[in-house]
Amino acid sequence: MSKANEPLSALLDGEYEHGFVTDIETETLPPGLDEDVIRKISAIKNEPEFLLEFRLKAFEHWQTMETPEWSSVHYPPIDYQDISYYSAPKTDADRPKSLDEVDPELLKTYEKLGIPLKEQEVLAGVAVDAVFDSVSVATTFKEKLAEVGVVFCSFSEAVQTHPELIKQYLGSVVPYRDNFYATLNSAVFTDGSFVYIPKGVRCPMELSTYFRINAASTGQFERTLIIADDDSYVSYLEGCTAPMRDENQLHAAVVELVALENANIKYSTVQNWYPGDKDGKGGIYNFVTKRGVCKGKRSKISWTQVETGSAITWKYPSVILKGDDSIGEFYSVAVTNNRQQADTGTKMIHLGKNTKSTIISKGISAGYSHNAYRGLVRIAPMAFNARNYTQCDSMLMGDKCSAHTFPYIESKQPTSQIEHEATTSKISEDQLFYCEQRGIDTEEAVSMIVNGFCKQVLKELPMEFAVEASKLLGITLEGAVG
Amino acid sequence: MLSIEDLNVSVGDKAILKGLSLNVKPGEVHAIMGPNGSGKSTLTKALAGHPSYEVTQGKMHYLGEDLMPLSPTERAQAGIFLSFQYPVEIPGVANISFLKASVNAVRKAQGKTPFDAMDFLTFIREKCEALGVDEGFLYRNLNEGFSGGEKKRNEILQLLALEPKLAILDETDSGLDIDALRVISEGINAMRAPDRAIVLVTHYQRLLNYVEPDYIHVLAEGKIIKSGDKSLAHILEDKGYSWLETMES
Repeated sequence: MSKANEPLSALLDGEYEHGFVTDIETETLPPGLDEDVIRKISAIKNEPEFLLEFRLKAFEHWQTMETPEWSSVHYPPIDYQDISYYSAPKTDADRPKSLDEVDPELLKTYEKLGIPLKEQEVLAGVAVDAVFDSVSVATTFKEKLAEVGVVFCSFSEAVQTHPELIKQYLGSVVPYRDNFYATLNSAVFTDGSFVYIPKGVRCPMELSTYFRINAASTGQFERTLIIADDDSYVSYLEGCTAPMRDENQLHAAVVELVALENANIKYSTVQNWYPGDKDGKGGIYNFVTKRGVCKGKRSKISWTQVETGSAITWKYPSVILKGDDSIGEFYSVAVTNNRQQADTGTKMIHLGKNTKSTIISKGISAGYSHNAYRGLVRIAPMAFNARNYTQCDSMLMGDKCSAHTFPYIESKQPTSQIEHEATTSKISEDQLFYCEQRGIDTEEAVSMIVNGFCKQVLKELPMEFAVEASKLLGITLEGAVG
Repeated sequence: MLSIEDLNVSVGDKAILKGLSLNVKPGEVHAIMGPNGSGKSTLTKALAGHPSYEVTQGKMHYLGEDLMPLSPTERAQAGIFLSFQYPVEIPGVANISFLKASVNAVRKAQGKTPFDAMDFLTFIREKCEALGVDEGFLYRNLNEGFSGGEKKRNEILQLLALEPKLAILDETDSGLDIDALRVISEGINAMRAPDRAIVLVTHYQRLLNYVEPDYIHVLAEGKIIKSGDKSLAHILEDKGYSWLETMES
C-alpha cells in the first residue's frame, strides 16, 4: 500500500454494532439431522399431515443432492450433522399472545437493535414480525391489519389458522426440489413470516420482519410466504442481524412471493448479518432462495436489497413473469469488505407477453473481498415484446478486492428487447481529496461518494429503511479506502 | 497570511519544487505564472495537503501556524480554498448536498452554527444569482456531465459560498470562452477583501486583464525566478517564457 493511502486505511475497522448475545433460556434440539429431527420439529409445531409430508419428501430428495459448486464463493464443507435445527426462546405459555407475554430480555434485544416492538412506540406505522433464532416471537399491529383483512403473522401460526393457503402456495414458487439449500430449508424450516393481502386491499402500513440469530451453532431456516390477491398492494421489509461468533453460522431461508392479477408486491431487504472479523473468522453464510411469481396479468414484483453483512452472501431474488404485461424489478446494493464474499444477482424469467423487467445492481468491494453480480434474463418463446434493461455497476476500493459480472441472456423470442450496461469504477484519491479540500472529512466523503453511487437503488427503499441503509453503507466501509 | 520558505516538493521520486519561497499578506492578490511543468499546480496541491505531494524540505506557515501537521480537511476548515484545474465528478451526489455538507463542515469547524436546509437554500440562491448561474445547477450531480466552463463556474460558486481567507485558484481561466471568463472574473473580483488573500495560478496573461494582481511571480524549474508588479505579465506576453529562461542562464 502506498504511503499516500495510509490515512485512508487507518480509518478501517468499522465495528459490528449488533454483535451482542442475549442471555435467555432456550429450547434447542441437539445437533444432527435425520428423519426423527424433522418429525420432532413438525410435532413441536403441531403441523398438519401435508406439511410433514412436504418436509419428508424434501429431506428424502436432499439426501440425493450434492452441494452446489458453480458459484464464485469459497467456503469449507459444512457439516450438516453439526448444526442444531431448532432453537427457540423458552416461553411459559405455548406462544406469546401479546407483547406482555414476551420475555423482557427479548424485548430488550430488539430495543438494542432499534426495532420498535412496542406498538405505542411505533411512529412510522410499521407492523413488525420478529423472528428470534427459529421462531417468531412477536407480531405487532395484528389487530389493526385484521380490520382490513390483511393476515400478517408467523408462518407457524398461519399453518394453524390458514392451512388451505399454505397448502396451495407453499413450494409453488420455489419447489422443494429447487436447489440444495432450498431443499434443506423445505425439510427443516422452523418459522418465518406469512402475509396474505385480500382482493382489492392496499395494505395500510409497511410490513416488516426482523430476523436475529442468537443461539450458537444453530442454523436459521426461515420460510416466508407472501400472497397478494387480485388488485392488492403490499410493501414488505426485512432486516437481519446476528451476534459476533467465531464459528460460521448457516442461514438458508426461502422466500416465496405470489402476485395475482394486477397485484403489486414490493419486497425490501437490509441485510446486516455478522460479516466475520477482519481476517475472515466467523460470520454468517447467507444462502437464501428468494423468488416471486407474477402470476396474474399486470402484476408487479419489485425486489430491493441492501446487502452489507454476512461472510458469504449467495442469493438471486428472482421474478417469474408469467402474467401478460407483468413487471419484475431488482434493485441491489451489495457491499463487501475485508474477507467477505458475495455472489448475488437475479433471474428474470419472461413467460408472458409484453412483460418488462429492470435490473439495477451496484456492487462495492473493499479490502480483500470478492463481489460478483450474476444474473439471468430469459425470454421464453411465447413472451412477445418482452423487454429487459440491465445495469451493473461495480466500484472497487483498493487493489486487493475483486469485482465480477456474469450476465446470462437467453432469448427465444425475436420481438424481445434486451439492454445490458456495465461499468467498473474506483473511488479515486482525487475524489476524496476534492471532498476533503472542501472541509468534509474522509469518512463522510467515502460515505457520500458511495451513497451517490448507490442512489438509484437507495431511492427505491421505503423512507424508514433508506436512512438506516445509507448509514450502514458508511459503517461497513469505514476505512475501506486504501 | 501565507509564508512559504525554501519549499521542496516531490511527487513519487520526482522533485518538482526546489526551494520555493513566497509571502502573501491579507488583502493581496498574487499571480503565479510559468511554463507548463514548472510546478505551478504542484504548489497548489502541496498547500492544500494532497497526500501524493510530499514536502521534503522547507516550511509553510498560514496565519502563523505550521501547515505541515494539518490534514487537507483541517486546512480547508481553517479557511484555505483551492479551485481545481480539473474538478472531479462525483456521480449521484447532488451539487446542493455537496455544497451544504461543505459549507456546514467549515462553519462548524469555525464555531458558527450550521445552516438548516431552508437557510442554506436562501444563502446559496443568493450566491448563484451573484454568479449568474441558474438554480437548476444546484440539483445536478456534482460536476457530472458539466462542460469545462460549468465546472469552473461551479468552483467559483464554491469559492463564494465558503468565503475562505486564502483562495488559491489553479488555472481557473483555462478552457473558458470570453463571456465565461468575464463572469468568473467578476466573481473573483467580488471576493477581493482586506482580510482575504488570493493566489492566481495561470499559464496565460489573459485572466490578469480582468483580475488585476498586486504581484506577479514567474515560476520555472521549481522555483520563483522573477517577481514584479502587473507589468511583468505584459512583458511575458510579448517575449514568452523563453525570455526568462535565457535570462536565467
